[in-house]
Amino acid sequence: MTSLTGTGALLRLAARRDRILIPVSALALTALSVGSAQATVALYPDAATAMKELGPVLASPSALALYGPATTTSLEGLSIFKTLLMGAVFVGLLAYAVVRRHTRIEEEEGRLELLGAGAIGRQAPLTAAVLLAVIATILTAALSVGGLIGIGFDPLGSLAFGATWEIAGLAMTGVTAVAAQLTASARGTAGWAIGALAVLYLLRALGDTATTDAGRALRWFSPFGWASQVFPYGSNRIWLLLPAVALCLGLVAAAFALLERRDLGAGLLPARRGRTHAPRGLAGPVGLAWRLLRPGVLGWLIGFVLLGAVYGGLVAQVDTMLSDASVQQLLADMAGVPVASLLASLTGVYAATVLRFMAVAAAAAGIGMVLRLATEERATRTEAVLTTGTGRWRWYAAFVAPAAVVTGALMVIMATVMGARGHAALAAAPPVGQVLQGALEAVPAAWVLVGLAGLLAGWSPRVAPYAWAGLGLAFVLGEFGTTMRLPQWLIDVSPFAHVTVYPLGTWEWGNVVGLSLVAAALTVAGGILHRRRDLG
Amino acid sequence: MAVIEAIGLRKMFGTTAALDGLDLTVTQGEVHGFLGPNGAGKSTTLRILLGLLRATGGTSTLFGHDPWRDAVSLHRRLAYVPGDVTVWPNLTGGEIIDLLLALRGGRTEIARTQSRRAQLLTDFDLDPGKKGRSYSKGNRQKIALIAALAPDPELLLLDEPTAGLDPLMEQVFQAELVRTRDQGRTVLLSSHILSEVEKACTVVTIVRAGRVVESGSLADLRHLSATHVSARLADGRVVDAHVPPAEVAAWVAARGPGVQAVTATPPTLEELFLARYGDTAEAPTAADEAAAPTGRRGRRR
Repeated sequence: MTSLTGTGALLRLAARRDRILIPVSALALTALSVGSAQATVALYPDAATAMKELGPVLASPSALALYGPATTTSLEGLSIFKTLLMGAVFVGLLAYAVVRRHTRIEEEEGRLELLGAGAIGRQAPLTAAVLLAVIATILTAALSVGGLIGIGFDPLGSLAFGATWEIAGLAMTGVTAVAAQLTASARGTAGWAIGALAVLYLLRALGDTATTDAGRALRWFSPFGWASQVFPYGSNRIWLLLPAVALCLGLVAAAFALLERRDLGAGLLPARRGRTHAPRGLAGPVGLAWRLLRPGVLGWLIGFVLLGAVYGGLVAQVDTMLSDASVQQLLADMAGVPVASLLASLTGVYAATVLRFMAVAAAAAGIGMVLRLATEERATRTEAVLTTGTGRWRWYAAFVAPAAVVTGALMVIMATVMGARGHAALAAAPPVGQVLQGALEAVPAAWVLVGLAGLLAGWSPRVAPYAWAGLGLAFVLGEFGTTMRLPQWLIDVSPFAHVTVYPLGTWEWGNVVGLSLVAAALTVAGGILHRRRDLG
Repeated sequence: MAVIEAIGLRKMFGTTAALDGLDLTVTQGEVHGFLGPNGAGKSTTLRILLGLLRATGGTSTLFGHDPWRDAVSLHRRLAYVPGDVTVWPNLTGGEIIDLLLALRGGRTEIARTQSRRAQLLTDFDLDPGKKGRSYSKGNRQKIALIAALAPDPELLLLDEPTAGLDPLMEQVFQAELVRTRDQGRTVLLSSHILSEVEKACTVVTIVRAGRVVESGSLADLRHLSATHVSARLADGRVVDAHVPPAEVAAWVAARGPGVQAVTATPPTLEELFLARYGDTAEAPTAADEAAAPTGRRGRRR
């Protein structure tokens, strides 16, 4: 088979280039599944207690849409309820990343041309990419299986859990292989593959929340539906791997067929011609920055609206789930309030906790926007802007200001949706106004981290990505510091430790103003550093 | 009037010197060739003049102003084309050109340069409707060139601007340089393509390891350098030599009365250039070796 010549060499090259990505992803996902399983088992004495508390939540449409149906009423089954489909999505994303990296990105960068001129068969690169993706997902699934068996879970059930992840991995391997043939750009590939993933997940969510048999049948049109029907530690339907293998083989065969019908570097779909003149909005640094940031902002916006709706649904069910003292203590610690207040208003505390976590996500959105400044500089596109009459302060502000606005706006929108839905479902849940105010109290903490990103990006594009480490640290210290019994001065380093969302409806002006001032100071310092240093 | 004035410019990257006391004067209406091999400090000089880098020592002015402090107002009067143009992958070529024009002077600048933009698109044969990521290197270069040339700025700073252009496009570029010169505007053209500089430039500066080794009009430089002469003697033998321009007549006379044919070729820029670098090519000095990687790293930053 001459068209496959060189597959082995390419596979080794690809594996070498991904020697960090794949093991780290596999370990992280294993930590996710095993860690969360162990935490659940440690929390509940037996399945009956767990069911009493989790039962109503599991049956809620929000939980069904997000996590899929509970697989079984055994404690082991409940313990992997949240990580099953969430993990499957991540395994699918890993497969997607590996396939795309070694096919369309290589082709777009021109490296495949260099390789293709050697003794490399036409089908070898795609074959190698698909093989590596399958290996990577099997490795990830196998590590989790081993981990779950290691903490004393049923081996067959653990194997079934691994199968759910592998179903998603195989499906996304095939989907991405086809997507890589469709368009001439890696971005186009990403759009098609991620779009397909979203549609498949949505099909499953629709099927799982449907009330009619016809509606429920939808889940069988999605590999994520198959994964959610495996029921690990219950009926253990490992055979559901078979349709996934068939789907993967079929899609990969289709990808090869498409590959034979196109030129190197070309896509099957013609590249769209764009505008020949700039639209009115693209007439300055602010317009340019917004154009670059817009797609990401749109994604965050959709995510925050959806999460607002989901958490709004869960707020209304919260009072039925917390009757265990240890759970109450844990939640009270995370929300930074005494247990007495917790009992006073479970829904309020739940909303406050959600808001604090969402503030971390909003900070991530803002950091991502600010770091675009560093990305532009590393790609040497900044000098094109700064040599045309645009000052450095304006360029810096064109990214930092929208980041601050979007961070706040995401919280406001999410809180409005969550408050409205929660209050409509349960009159005792806090009204929109209170939830909104809680969200606004959490925003300055997110701004501090956005400001930190500004400081680092202003200092140097190389150190800018450490803003993510700052966010991670602030998150862990602020949200889990008390649980981990860390010294208070260390916890206080995190801006999230100074967020007093609860009780909803009262302002803690000291914290709000203080955090806002720190955020402003960091941002201005970043601008000064940016103004004073060498660029590019 | 001096448009660019740099005196004793120094730039350190860490402990290595990219520029080591560079002097440069560009007067109005000049097309000034800025020559040197990779890593000599050409790009570093331009980036200091653009206010992107801050000089470690020395002074520099553009139109009499500080390029670091007055960057924004100066940039409205000049245009810059780097040697390796990167573009936004999701913007079309037309959008990028308009954006770069608008950054100089808002929407009015786009309107003002409309006809020039259209003409340059035709001359350079660029399709403005493609996404940035799909342009080849040469086409990305054209985008930057069109955006820089369309507004007819007072000063053009060009850093190896024709890298990746085909010979046909190279000609279009040369015609633009001549047009700029005829209108009395100023160009600083960094290059290591000597034929390009020779065709359009009136004044040349040659740099090496962060210092200027030669500067002057092309005619002056030629005058200082040896002319290549050859003569066919009475017996049919051909002899040749390099002699100073002033001594050409004497050299021919000394060949005797029976000389059948004489050719005298003034030195090409390439010869001028190699003459300043020839010694390092054969026996690099310790100082050169130490300085060489410096400049190269400097360029990349």
